[in-house]
Amino acid sequence: MKAFAQLFLSLDETNKTNEKVKVLKDYFNCVPDTDKMHMLALFTGRKSKRQINSTQFRLWAIEALKIPSWLFEESYHVVGDLAETIALLFPQNNTGGSSKTLTEWIAEINNLSTYGDEEKRHWLQQSWQLLDTQERFVFNKILTGSFRVGVSQSLVVKAIADIADLDAAVLTHRIMGNWRPEDYTFRELIQPQQEAEDISRPYPFFLAYPIQETSTVQKSVEDLQQTLGEASEWQAEWKWDGIRAQLIKRDGQLFIWSRGEDLSTDRFPELHPFMNELPDGTVLDGEILSFRQGKPLPFNVLQARIGRKNLSKKILEESPVALIAYDCLEYEGKDIREKTQTERRELLEHLQAKTAYPDVFNISTLIDFDSWESLSRKRQQSREMIAEGIMLKRKSATYQVGRKRGDWWKWKIDPLSVDAVMIYAQKGHGRRADLYTDYTFAVWDGDKLVPFAKAYSGLTDAEINKVDAFVKRNTLEKFGPVRTVKPELVFEIGFEGINKSTRHKSGVALRFPRILRWRHDKPKEEADTIETLKAFLE
Amino acid sequence: MPRKPLLEFTDRGIYCPQGKFYIDPWKPVDDAVITHAHSDHAYLGHKHYLAHHLSREVLKYRLGDIQLQTIAYGETINKNGVEITLFPAGHVIGSAQVRVVYQGEVWVVSGDYKTEADGVCEPFEPVKCHHFISECTFGMPVYQWKPQQQLFDEMNNWWRQNLENNLATVVVGYSLGKAQRILQNLDLFNGKVYTHGVIENTNEALRRNGIELQPTTRITPDTPKEEVRKGIILAPPSAVGSAWMRKFGPYSFGYCSGWMALRGAKRRRAADRGFVLSDHADWNGLISAIDATGCECVYLTHGYTASFTRYLNEIGFNAREVHTLYGTEEEEAASPQDSPTNLPKGEASNEGEVNKVLSAGEDLGEVGILGGAKDLGEAKGGAI
Repeated sequence: MKAFAQLFLSLDETNKTNEKVKVLKDYFNCVPDTDKMHMLALFTGRKSKRQINSTQFRLWAIEALKIPSWLFEESYHVVGDLAETIALLFPQNNTGGSSKTLTEWIAEINNLSTYGDEEKRHWLQQSWQLLDTQERFVFNKILTGSFRVGVSQSLVVKAIADIADLDAAVLTHRIMGNWRPEDYTFRELIQPQQEAEDISRPYPFFLAYPIQETSTVQKSVEDLQQTLGEASEWQAEWKWDGIRAQLIKRDGQLFIWSRGEDLSTDRFPELHPFMNELPDGTVLDGEILSFRQGKPLPFNVLQARIGRKNLSKKILEESPVALIAYDCLEYEGKDIREKTQTERRELLEHLQAKTAYPDVFNISTLIDFDSWESLSRKRQQSREMIAEGIMLKRKSATYQVGRKRGDWWKWKIDPLSVDAVMIYAQKGHGRRADLYTDYTFAVWDGDKLVPFAKAYSGLTDAEINKVDAFVKRNTLEKFGPVRTVKPELVFEIGFEGINKSTRHKSGVALRFPRILRWRHDKPKEEADTIETLKAFLE
Repeated sequence: MPRKPLLEFTDRGIYCPQGKFYIDPWKPVDDAVITHAHSDHAYLGHKHYLAHHLSREVLKYRLGDIQLQTIAYGETINKNGVEITLFPAGHVIGSAQVRVVYQGEVWVVSGDYKTEADGVCEPFEPVKCHHFISECTFGMPVYQWKPQQQLFDEMNNWWRQNLENNLATVVVGYSLGKAQRILQNLDLFNGKVYTHGVIENTNEALRRNGIELQPTTRITPDTPKEEVRKGIILAPPSAVGSAWMRKFGPYSFGYCSGWMALRGAKRRRAADRGFVLSDHADWNGLISAIDATGCECVYLTHGYTASFTRYLNEIGFNAREVHTLYGTEEEEAASPQDSPTNLPKGEASNEGEVNKVLSAGEDLGEVGILGGAKDLGEAKGGAI
């Protein structure tokens, strides 16, 4: 645990990629193999079952700390991270911390499932007393399962690839899917040839880069020509707004993986009949969407279904899903990612042509265009198509690993936008802890301001500091962590879509709202009205 | 009949109507008692200043030709029948708590203070009183300082490591207080200490005041870069990210501040190393200091005043929150044009830079937004 805590600290202490890889390698070189696999599981977001819920966690911390619960909550708002708050609140001890390894700690944690609440409480409070501040922090992170670190998976993979002298893409593939650190050994992970491949294992997703970095600067036809070359070298498809997924049929078994590497096979029973029909050794990449009569429905219809634990008959009727396939990654049991886009597309078309379920197994249509200019015009139809924009794929491209520039680009349509007034503010988390960075925005309904969206992102650090100062000096009321601020600052709020909502005061719910810019030029009276917002509903 | 309180909070600062003097006023007054030389406590423009002997040269350096009277700790002077005595606050060299006594009623104004002895300034001394006016910059229980020896061991090791890795070492801390505290604890076996002009000016003022500091070398345009890279560089926050600092790259830079206790604050600074080193009392320090005064009432002037006041009341103190212009959490990002102007002639301010560097309360608590601007001005004029 000491080494793991130190790893965390060292990673925090450098902003340089090479340094981080070095720190990771140093860690891998000094800990037992089982620790390596546990670290890998944690750093790649593999959560084990949460043994102590958040309420118990807070309650038992407050009890052990002997402080009032309001002070605990205030501390949390200052720190912005529960694990760190508890780590800091305990007195600094001189016990020298714990000598147990990460593996031993995780075994103890997993063993908690056999404990009653009283034993859990005792174990937790004792562990807090024993660990030093930094260990306590990573320990809490493991227990609360919110293990976001400032290190991308690709850096961890690079460090192991260097140590084991393996190709990073091979390693990335080997850590995909459904493994547990308890039964996947480091030796298995790094051997030159893996004997028994896990049949459920997905391939790493290939992700597109945005061709247009910001929505304020438009890409012209000339820019496209310059960046991408001849239009004839590219294929274009609509960019669908659903759940990106990989569908696997191997040895008669079905696996559906979402991009977040969640195994979601059971969540999409409608897809099983056509998948059963696929030949063994087939892997498809595509988008799962809610569909009705051959047309995609807006994302919120699908969203209503994602949240449900049980798929009732009603839900299945209201929000039936189908696949729009983009790509074929495995054909007749062979990894075909090295084939070109065009070749893979042919195989995909071949598979789809034979399906008895063409309503469910759709294929992403290719957009017909002969120049960047004509494609640029087609892009304007995205919203009618219920698409987010256009995907561009180089015809000669292989299927690569992760987000890469060059062969796949996404060209989204501009977000919808309104000018809105900030009315509430709350402190942020992580890097934004103790700063007012989370805002609620409102538009005019007659002479009243109605809140309609919350947004966190879009401002620069310098702007955040200014808004933070404004909030602190213009607070009208405090409700717990939320401050009502003097309505004065106007921002342009961008969003991807809008839907009717009975849950929100404004009667609408926005998809992916964010701040596009601070409208210093606009007084609050000139912010938009609820009518403007509702006009987008059509 | 309740009589008028001995000290009151006015829009100019803390005022003693009986004695007709102010303590750390932020608007020009006739008679000012100054707890310490940081610019959110020592403003320009008063007719008469009273401070501790060891604040003399720094105040003159910062405020120019002022009418200044200095006294020792424990020495009492009388203004209109009110007795004023200074006691060590342990914050920076020359920092004092001000005890005010009239007809048996005792008030103490803490200014800024810390309870850990830092080996550089006279350690904090609790003073019995009826009314205690205290700061609470770090008045949240998540702030608990490690003993400074542990931090300086880490710092000296880090310097050694940088030397091995061929990196220059830059330590960032405020020019009055933090800089001297760091300097006195550096292991000069590693190499020489090079100082930014702003810090060296303060060091020189302190040396004129009879303070013995470890040897330092001021960085000038003629100082060979390679020599500097073999030593350690002491720089003020305004130097972070400046062309002046980049010149010594590749370097590792360490930021010394109490705010470094939080990962979020540390990540915002993007420092290579954050040293949790503060000249303010931590949570336990504040409570023990307040408790030791035996006061009937404690007034919290700046920091996490609301929560800290509530907590003190819950555990049996009689605490009140008061509003002042000292570096409060609430005012941390106040823009310079809102504050009174006390920049010495020829020292320009640079708002953008200051806002970038000063985004958390301690910065103001220790130097104040104007102090930051001043440091910057000096950085331009005084250094290279």
